[in-house]
Amino acid sequence: MSKLAELRNARWAPWMPAIIAVVAVALFPLFRPPLDATMSDVIQALAYVVMALGLNIVVGFAGLLDLGYVAFYAFGALAAGWFASDHFSKVNGGEGVHIGVSDFVQTAFPQGIHVSFLLIVIGAILVTALAGAVIGLPTLRLRGDYIAIVTLAFGEIISRFAANGDSVIIKGYALSNGRESISPIDQLNLPLVGEFDSATNLRFYFWTALALVLVVLFVNFRVRDSRLGRAWIALREDEVAAASMGVPLVRTKLTAYAIGATFGGIAGAFLGVYNNSVNANQFQFGISIFLLSMVILGGLGSIWGVVIGATLLSFVNTFLIPDVLDKGSFNDLLSNVGLDFTFGEVKFGVFGFILVLMMVLRPQGLLPERRRTAELTQGVGGDEAIVETRA
Amino acid sequence: MWDFISKYGLIALLVAFPLTYAIIDVAGGEGLSRIGNNLVAGLSNGAIWALIALGYTLVYGIIELINFAHGEVFMIGSFTAFALYSVLGLTLVTGPLGLVLGLLVVLVLSMLVSGSLNVMIERVAYRPLRGAPKLAPLITAVGVSFILQNVGILWFGSSQKGIPDLIRAQQELFNIGGVEVSRADVLAVVVTIPLVYLLTAFVNRSRLGKAMRATAQDPEAARLMGINVDTTISVTFLLGGLLAGAAGLIYALYQTNVWYFQGFTAGLIAFTAAVMGGIGNLRGAVLGGLIIGIIQQISDNRIGNEWTPAVVFAYLVLIMVFRPQGLIGEETREAG
Repeated sequence: MSKLAELRNARWAPWMPAIIAVVAVALFPLFRPPLDATMSDVIQALAYVVMALGLNIVVGFAGLLDLGYVAFYAFGALAAGWFASDHFSKVNGGEGVHIGVSDFVQTAFPQGIHVSFLLIVIGAILVTALAGAVIGLPTLRLRGDYIAIVTLAFGEIISRFAANGDSVIIKGYALSNGRESISPIDQLNLPLVGEFDSATNLRFYFWTALALVLVVLFVNFRVRDSRLGRAWIALREDEVAAASMGVPLVRTKLTAYAIGATFGGIAGAFLGVYNNSVNANQFQFGISIFLLSMVILGGLGSIWGVVIGATLLSFVNTFLIPDVLDKGSFNDLLSNVGLDFTFGEVKFGVFGFILVLMMVLRPQGLLPERRRTAELTQGVGGDEAIVETRA
Repeated sequence: MWDFISKYGLIALLVAFPLTYAIIDVAGGEGLSRIGNNLVAGLSNGAIWALIALGYTLVYGIIELINFAHGEVFMIGSFTAFALYSVLGLTLVTGPLGLVLGLLVVLVLSMLVSGSLNVMIERVAYRPLRGAPKLAPLITAVGVSFILQNVGILWFGSSQKGIPDLIRAQQELFNIGGVEVSRADVLAVVVTIPLVYLLTAFVNRSRLGKAMRATAQDPEAARLMGINVDTTISVTFLLGGLLAGAAGLIYALYQTNVWYFQGFTAGLIAFTAAVMGGIGNLRGAVLGGLIIGIIQQISDNRIGNEWTPAVVFAYLVLIMVFRPQGLIGEETREAG
């Protein structure tokens, strides 16, 4: 056997393109200035990848359409807002609580609760997993489209509470600062590595975001190929058949909601810290749909597809629309033909358009999951099967 | 047993909301006029929600799709009505006869615009997905809803737009024991009742209405009986859109402002109404609309309108989880 063939047959060979891509992305900040705009776009994109991968577990794997995913982003971000700022200013007699944070934070922010980033992430994971299961619980008996509406309603209720949180006062503390954001949030603070200042250097934020993506990707692949992941897919294809083959419906669905939700919490906590503020006004229904478009664009249930979909749409949001379409020659061209608008105003319309276009023309997404392709081309599984057995 | 508990539990839950505030008022020595005013405003608002809810229920009854873009069809109806004010030259100084004739023209035109928009949406976004898994058209519906919202932004901007109060909506017409009935309240009811009557008559008596009911029961069998299912579905969307257009005009006259986001909130309120009455059920949608109107009005007035969506959604979740067939019961395929 030649050397080349040996390489091609190696167990890790299919992973080569992914490994090369990850290394290339990891090296990217070294070639850019420390406060590079593109770098911040990539950080934002990586955070969206984490959330989209979480939504993909619920919608893509388990086939439960969740239209209220923004709630978990809100929980994660609020966790950062509560436990890494002066928000609870009178706690511990005005002395504050500091766990695992640097001396700088202790002296600069004596009041409030200040907890190390890792602990916040762990806290956000626990809270969102619980919230995911609690929101999932009432949907268990419902049909697919009703699930979508109930999750949407929950998402809206939670975002209402966040947005009006300044009037919800519990023991002297507001739930959130509503339209005034909770700010400043402590900088990213990791044990053994130290504290990073996003005002001077974005590189460590970049690597942290990348590390989060890698962890989430690893979890995604392992869970998908596990017994649980196969149960999700069986559930998606045919709930009745799955149940009769011994898949425990309640537990399987609830774990899908819970695990999917945790990723939203992780990304939310990270974004809260990265943006240095938590503005409750940003937790809008539009974010849920933005994330759903990423999943649909990439391909429902396809992990790499979702990574690509999320990256693409995030760049459309942070780069293509503000820096290309709404600036310079393209915008001049638009106003010359009498179209006097910016794409920034209508960006959610653009994402809606992508949703419709993809569902009608290429429902399997840009990089389809192999199983899904078989379903769509050969009519295996899906709703038709149910209809036929009923008739 | 569960049927009994959930039905009367839901009724109790719905009655409890206004009743609590009535008791608080009486205990506080305020009398019943405030809650009476809430009820009147709630019923006239509810008439608008009922018209929109009928569109949801018609479409769900026939193709089991939550037409998520329906709220935006209503919003476009409002926008069209406002745009027509200036086209027809309707201003605050227009005389009564001109105003009535002009508003009738506006009513017909905004109904037609919303109706044909709804038919177009079905043709472009839902029909290609008829054989696809059930969630696919729901996802495109969400997409269409966002597209239309942004059309609204391009049309009248992203902030609320005040529009001329043509009918002097808040002017009091009569007063019964401290309960005021304004012109807008009367208008909402006067437009809604004949429309609902016409719709039910159409669905129950006409040939096309019969085709609609047949398709709702079993599309395959309907096709075998020579019913053109595609046309029937288009007619259903047309009817839903017409009612949404009428609701759009009433809303514009009533609230005297239009906003690109009004459709999203209205859509969810009306959907809650449709589910409350039992989705697929025309009478149920009207009943649900009136009830949710009262709840929404009391919540606006007593709790604060920034909390109203949360209150309505809480009811929505409770109903969907504990009583998904609604108050009257659904008349869809799965129930039958």
